[in-house]
Amino acid sequence: MTEAVSKAGRWIDLANPTRFINFAGIVLPWLVGITLLVLAAGLWMSFQAPDDYQQGSTVKIMFIHVPFAWLSMMCYTVMSISAIGTLVWRHPLADVSAKAAAPIGAAFTALALITGSLWGKPMWGTWWVWDARLTSVFVLFLMYLGIIALTRAMDDPAKSSKATAILTLVGFINIPIIKFSVDWWNTLHQPASVIRMGGPTIHPSLLWPLLVMAVGFTLLFFTLHIMAMRNEIWRRRVVAMRRIAARSAERRGV
Amino acid sequence: MLSLFLRDTRLGLRAGGGVLIGILFFLAVIAVVPFGVGPDLKLLARIGPAMLWIGALLATLLGLDRLFQADRDDGSLDLLIMASDRHILALTVLVKCLAHWSTCVLPLVIASPLLGLFMNMEPAAIGATTLTLLVGTPAITLIGAVGAAVAVALPRGGLLVSVIILPLTIPVLIFGVSAAYGAVQDPAPFVAPFLILVAITLFFAVIGPLAAAAALKSSAD
Amino acid sequence: MRLVAENLAGERGGEILFSGLNFAVAGGEALMITGPNGAGKSTLLRIIAGLLDKAEGRIRLDAAPAGFDGLVSACHYLGHLNAMKPVLSVEENLRFWQSFSGIGNHTIDEALDRVQLGDIGHLPFGYLSTGQKRRASIARLLISHRPVWLLDEPTAGLDKGSEDQFAGVMRAHLSGGGIVVAATHLPLGLDGAQELVMGRGGF
Repeated sequence: MTEAVSKAGRWIDLANPTRFINFAGIVLPWLVGITLLVLAAGLWMSFQAPDDYQQGSTVKIMFIHVPFAWLSMMCYTVMSISAIGTLVWRHPLADVSAKAAAPIGAAFTALALITGSLWGKPMWGTWWVWDARLTSVFVLFLMYLGIIALTRAMDDPAKSSKATAILTLVGFINIPIIKFSVDWWNTLHQPASVIRMGGPTIHPSLLWPLLVMAVGFTLLFFTLHIMAMRNEIWRRRVVAMRRIAARSAERRGV
Repeated sequence: MLSLFLRDTRLGLRAGGGVLIGILFFLAVIAVVPFGVGPDLKLLARIGPAMLWIGALLATLLGLDRLFQADRDDGSLDLLIMASDRHILALTVLVKCLAHWSTCVLPLVIASPLLGLFMNMEPAAIGATTLTLLVGTPAITLIGAVGAAVAVALPRGGLLVSVIILPLTIPVLIFGVSAAYGAVQDPAPFVAPFLILVAITLFFAVIGPLAAAAALKSSAD
Repeated sequence: MRLVAENLAGERGGEILFSGLNFAVAGGEALMITGPNGAGKSTLLRIIAGLLDKAEGRIRLDAAPAGFDGLVSACHYLGHLNAMKPVLSVEENLRFWQSFSGIGNHTIDEALDRVQLGDIGHLPFGYLSTGQKRRASIARLLISHRPVWLLDEPTAGLDKGSEDQFAGVMRAHLSGGGIVVAATHLPLGLDGAQELVMGRGGF
């Protein structure tokens, strides 16, 4: 005998999103404050850090380029986890999280590509080269844009959530390719120096500012993400209220 | 399953539109290349394999929305989804992809030697490119099924499908062209990229239909 | 065999169309779903067919006959669209569906005779009139066997004579122990059918 049971994961059930909005309201001011503090500390440490003997002061682009690159991958990972949340547990906030994260991830990826290009011109003598690392990050950027285009094309969140989730998960295969591309292929981009077996190869005087900036930008990402999720919940409420208003007007015979 | 394959093949051939438009688009892309880069024959021969691959990729992507649209428009897609107890939906999708490839993409592969002559390619290059297209275009169709399934409910989803799927087909393009060049340029290897291309096709043959089946089930409205 | 719905709720476009729906249909019985447009009749049928997710509640098929494992595998669904390819002939279409969905109690010729399309089975489906197309898709219900029939406006486009004929087809299915759930504006001529009225204040 078969049964098909459904959990009440409908959007109209406002309990979870309301709790989230309250949570966001409490947490956000603190989060903004800490983010600004850490970023300020990181920037100060970056300016204090010594110049590289080969690259001079242009090495300091690393302090923003590397965190942007890490965050572009981390954001896609957050979206993939949200996608699993949508497909497996049908969590009502999972697809809000995915939709809110996509533009932020796209922005970080674009910034990573742009800062990398600005660094590459003095270092490699070229604005762009099609090696494995740059190509796969560019492909990641295209994937973000595709996901954003898909969510904008379907305005009914119920329909678009699963489709976007599946697409995000299929595209996740690009993340390990990006990470290991510099090891698997001979690339112009340098190999991994921080997250690798055997520990980081950067000198501590450059490593610490880098890590602080990375933490600062990660906090920035979560601040922006929570803000964007709250906005998305509010936006959906407005849509739902408008629909209800239209329907009740129809019932009254207007 | 065989009846599904035969039906889809018959439809693809009888309707006629899909096959012809694909070939015409492929022809158009290759035809404008000499006008764009100039008639230098050596240059054309050098970029020949890559241009054939790009043309075939774009033509395949354009035809992808045909995969599920007709069935959705006449209500057959509902019945195919409902039959998932008897016929696993992923298998149904795989059979549809194979039928689509046989009718809409295989003609492109068959036309590629002729177009290779337009690009002044030598026989070894033409042969290698055709072989890599034969092995690589199924990968594009199979992963394209995911995009087609996701966008089937959208009114003008065709272009969106191409945009979504393009990033995922870039590895196919990279290894296909790499293998094609490897057959004509001495130091470059042929077997290694070719085998990776085969591996990608097999991999997409698994995740493409599975993801497309999941997307179809969730997009039925 | 019983088709049981408990506390069923359905939504469309983010809005709940109906909730708290309960019904039970036994083998040999029919359920007519009536109501104005937009009340959610098609949505309810698509939820039972497994094509739409329910917002809440449960729907199940108890004591299904042997060979049918799930609710969806035991259902024929006849929606607004006919699920036939215009370029293929009626017979070719039916032959495909019979091969895909399994052989039932009627051959293709018998099914076409039952819906009075016996002599035009060889014509391309696209050349048929609206009523003939609807009858051809009714024939699809006969060539494969499913105990539960989900019908959405099955007589749309049919004239009175064909409607009566279709009532006969349904009666034959019911007397064989099948279940019919039909959404319709018009009376289908089945006696003793339960009625489910949907619409403003109807749920």
